[in-house]
Amino acid sequence: MKSEMNHNLLQLADLKKYYPVTAGLFSRHVGDIKAVDGVTLDVRESEIVGLVGESGCGKSTLARTIPRLEEPTSGKIIYNGNDIARLNKKELSQIRREIQLIFQDPDASLDPRMTVGDSIEEPLVIHHIGDSRERADRVAQLMEQVGLEAGQAGMYPHEFSGGQKQRVGIARALAMNPRLIIADEPVSALDVSIQAQILNLMMDIREKFGLAYLFIAHDLSVIRHMANRVAIMYLGKIVELADKNDLFDSPLHPYTEALLSAVPSFKPKDKDRILLRGDVPSPLNPPPGCHFHPRCHRVMPICSKVKPKQKEVAEGHLVSCHLYK
Amino acid sequence: MIVDVKGLKTHFFTHRGTVKAVDGVDFELRQGECLCLVGESGCGKTVTALSVLRLFDSPPGKIVGGQIRYNDLDLARCPIKQLRQIRGKDIAIVFQEAQSALNPVLTIGDQITEQIKVHLPLNNEQSRDRAKTLLSDMGIPTPETVMHYYPHQLSGGMKQRVLIAMSLSCDPKILIADEPTTAVDVTIKAQILDIFRELKTKRQMSTIFITHDLAVVSEIGDRAVVMYGGKDVETAPVSELIGNPKHPYTEGLIDCLPDMSKSGDRLASIPGTTPNPLELPEGCSFHPRCSKAMGICSHVEPSKTKISDGHFVCCHLYT
Repeated sequence: MKSEMNHNLLQLADLKKYYPVTAGLFSRHVGDIKAVDGVTLDVRESEIVGLVGESGCGKSTLARTIPRLEEPTSGKIIYNGNDIARLNKKELSQIRREIQLIFQDPDASLDPRMTVGDSIEEPLVIHHIGDSRERADRVAQLMEQVGLEAGQAGMYPHEFSGGQKQRVGIARALAMNPRLIIADEPVSALDVSIQAQILNLMMDIREKFGLAYLFIAHDLSVIRHMANRVAIMYLGKIVELADKNDLFDSPLHPYTEALLSAVPSFKPKDKDRILLRGDVPSPLNPPPGCHFHPRCHRVMPICSKVKPKQKEVAEGHLVSCHLYK
Repeated sequence: MIVDVKGLKTHFFTHRGTVKAVDGVDFELRQGECLCLVGESGCGKTVTALSVLRLFDSPPGKIVGGQIRYNDLDLARCPIKQLRQIRGKDIAIVFQEAQSALNPVLTIGDQITEQIKVHLPLNNEQSRDRAKTLLSDMGIPTPETVMHYYPHQLSGGMKQRVLIAMSLSCDPKILIADEPTTAVDVTIKAQILDIFRELKTKRQMSTIFITHDLAVVSEIGDRAVVMYGGKDVETAPVSELIGNPKHPYTEGLIDCLPDMSKSGDRLASIPGTTPNPLELPEGCSFHPRCSKAMGICSHVEPSKTKISDGHFVCCHLYT
């Protein structure tokens, strides 16, 4: 297990996704929304990397750019040695089998007019796997693996509860025997008692199939429970990346500190809460220098002028902040 | 005691059957406290709060039993004219989704002053001044500009703050807040909780705070009512509820939260799903999911048992 963990399954190198903003009669190019602005991140074999950030920080765009559901503007997406950003359609289709997505809102990601069995079978049909009988067996097997009954395959999504629909979403992601699952806020639409069931299921299938996850969430307690390493994202950039325990026990970036202190908890805080002022600024017109400086409680004069570079402060603990030389 | 709710039943008569959304709920709100209604989707917490001001659609909804005592009035029965005097003025409400609670075609300024002009003897200019003060109290940096904005020009956290400002515009004695922290980011959530904390210390506001998040409850609540299947299954002071939960459902809710201080272990979870309000199970409606269910639970509805002062639970384990 240990040696397996060292192998990089996915490597993102300076990945960028800009959306052009146009204006006027001739659609003049007036600027870019820098949704993902130079992300470097790797996911190792059977590892869970947690990705945290506020709404609008670009975490969902990043998730969609990895299997090229969104075309990257620049940068590399290296999966198992191949750069996904350069593959042709046929090669891409092959690699997309191994990278699957689980979406936040199972209501929106399941077709209401398809039975859940058909929804789970669809990826098998698209990739021409098996005949209809083999596929039906596979669907039954997948449904049992995620805690549904095979007999429910003929039912429609509206007959299921939110938690069950998310199980269908997971079964569909498992259909192609993936190695990497990108889960975009898979439990944030669920009730707490159901959330725990789905998190346990995701841990179980990971163990069983040796999957790696890129697990996106805004709930830090969920991330702490699930992840091996955690990346904190702010306005399109990764501002801190570290092993889970390092990040939660000794956060370096002021933004990480503020996020951690904002989490409501059962225990009274020993320190005063760091209250961030204002909202996340617009990615169309981000503040100069360090994007976080207008909200930062440890801001220095340099922060509004110079973009901080990513530094490795301790082994495997990366941070982009002028506080650390 | 400022509001006293006893045996409240709000049912919805739909073509598919009767939904007993609230089915016999008791609670009291004391002066200056924050009372939390906690539960998962469909447990009846929102309908309970809406019933206090009779704000649900009627038909199909109807209060079929119980009373809501406020001063000398029974809000469950008083004429709608009297209730209108109270809505927004004595008892104000902050709705769940800021996006849909604001009118998209009116400016923020117009929406806040509308309510002020209905209830208070102020002219246009005075009510705009009042609106500006309220917005700046809520930590909105440029109230003058925001007054001219339309809702779509504001972020989620700003909209939530505008809603709170609006609810405070007529100096209500009681504030009902329906999941004000649910759809927002953790940093904005902390800001909003801070506003509610300040309302309590500075204005001695009495608040009914609806949430599904027990961590939020433990941060701002004084007492809490846990609801399941339209009933109040456990009521206790917050520290008592978190530290010494009695109802298996409350225990389950606390255990299934991922804890920030430890990690990696399997989470405890409550099996099954929340029941369909059209087909609530017989007896105790939690029994099909309960790990401590006994024979009696499936056919006899448990009654309220007193555990200690102010701590009540509806469960056969304690009768």
